[in-house]
Amino acid sequence: MAEQKEFQNYTVNFGPQHPAAHGVLRLLLELDGEVVERADPHIGFLHRGTEKLLEHKTYLQGVPYFDRLDYMSMMSEEHTWVLAVEKLLGIQAPERAQYIRVIFAELTRILNHLLFLGAHGLDVGAMTMFIYTFREREEIFDMYEAVCGARMHAAYFRPGGVTCDLPEGLAERIKDFTDSFPSKIDEYETLLTENRIWKQRLVDIGVVSPEEALDMGFAGPMLRGSGFAWDLRKAEPYDAYDRVEFDIPVGKNGDSYDRYLVRVDEIRQSNRIIRQCLEQMKPGPVRYEDFKISPPYRKEMQRDMESLIHHFKLFSEGFTVPEGEVYVATESPKGEFGVYIISHGENKPYRVKIRAAGFNHLQAIKRMALGHMLADVTTLVGTIDIVFGEIDR
Amino acid sequence: MEKLDHLEQLLTDRLPHVERHRLSDAIILRVTPDTLLETMLRLRDDADLDFKQMIDLAGVHYPGRDKPFEVVYQLLSVRKNHRLRVKVAVDEQTPVPSVISVWWSADWFEREAYEMFGILFAGHPDLRRLLTEYDFEGFPLRKDFPLSGLSEVRYDPAQKRVIRQPLQMVHPNREPYQVNPA
Repeated sequence: MAEQKEFQNYTVNFGPQHPAAHGVLRLLLELDGEVVERADPHIGFLHRGTEKLLEHKTYLQGVPYFDRLDYMSMMSEEHTWVLAVEKLLGIQAPERAQYIRVIFAELTRILNHLLFLGAHGLDVGAMTMFIYTFREREEIFDMYEAVCGARMHAAYFRPGGVTCDLPEGLAERIKDFTDSFPSKIDEYETLLTENRIWKQRLVDIGVVSPEEALDMGFAGPMLRGSGFAWDLRKAEPYDAYDRVEFDIPVGKNGDSYDRYLVRVDEIRQSNRIIRQCLEQMKPGPVRYEDFKISPPYRKEMQRDMESLIHHFKLFSEGFTVPEGEVYVATESPKGEFGVYIISHGENKPYRVKIRAAGFNHLQAIKRMALGHMLADVTTLVGTIDIVFGEIDR
Repeated sequence: MEKLDHLEQLLTDRLPHVERHRLSDAIILRVTPDTLLETMLRLRDDADLDFKQMIDLAGVHYPGRDKPFEVVYQLLSVRKNHRLRVKVAVDEQTPVPSVISVWWSADWFEREAYEMFGILFAGHPDLRRLLTEYDFEGFPLRKDFPLSGLSEVRYDPAQKRVIRQPLQMVHPNREPYQVNPA
């Protein structure tokens, strides 16, 4: 009788403390040899109950919570919240504020994609990328600091505009940055795009067909990587996006390599958008000048009783928002970031649902990882560009 | 606006019996649990409606209503560039049919709505908790669930392990100034 051997699948616990888990992902992997047979992501290690907290905060107090959702693209998340509140209020930010918001949303996109490049490179063994991209990230952090005093958690966008105008000299600094930045992107590309190891690790890994991408609820670069020219900045333009020109990069094969190329090109497009905004921008107010919604100017407050009352009311009670409901989605660097607010006419929202961009993408790892090797799982975690702040909320 | 008018026209044509609301910027369909799957399949497969993506699913709690829970689906068509909101109202005992068979992405969204509100989804293959701890009890996003939670976790040096105990609040939670709607 021939000798019989029984092999059993075994389960590997990937994370929650793992350098390639991009935070606190616990991924249960059932392996047959080195091939993944089942993947079950466990999330929620960073769950802070943001949605519940927002029900107990005024609309203005809600802003900083959005920085802390996707803590790698802070202002993009704020952008969605303030747009949603503005839509409920039925107001529009002044033109200059719209341009400033677009500039910073795009700087944030660069910030996020640079982290993606660095961390993704690090995941698959290209250590240098991390150091290169953090050089430019540092410059953008300095711009954040110049404009709002904080390097990461800005709370700069406000319903009805932004906190304050750009400080003197910042516009020129951003301009200088956009002048030199394209050559830096070329530098990244010389390191990665034609790199043999990089291509071996990324090409044909995590292929997502267009139909699958829709079924799995993809958005943003993940959807564009699978061949859809879909971008909310073009499809449902908000703020100043209808006044600037840019292209939508689209992938062909829907694999990790295409998604990488899409994101690199998005950085170039962001650079282009920022330059156009700087050229088109004119001086003017940066907050909606109804002081029942925006804080009054400091100078006024020191001599005018009315302004003082407005200020006090605004920062204790907040403003009330008409009854209604609204779903606003913006193109955050990771995909569609949406906020669904139900207002019952109070100073606090009745219910807020945050639609995190990475939520669906991480969920899709269940399907994308099947049949891949264990080592490719790190590529997949890298390519979906996840941050747990927004997934766990 | 034209986009919404066009979509409304389409919906009148294709789904004439479904209750419909028009807001200034969105169209809401109200369906009952027993017609949900049929409606959703129609919305997805009709070539002109083409709602191939379920972009979001939110639970909402309205205590005091007959059917205190509402499930809100946000649908999106990438090819037609339009959105639709679908709402289902249920009570605690009535399950909502799971839409996983329509959109695969519904899986985690339904798990989240279940753990946060206790809304049941019939036909969901794996209705576990998603975001809260493995031993969490209660449905935190319900309106009767306190913001501070019901229990706290601490390290107990006597037992040399982490224990969960009922919450002891020395100071009450501070609430921002409440405005009653007129």
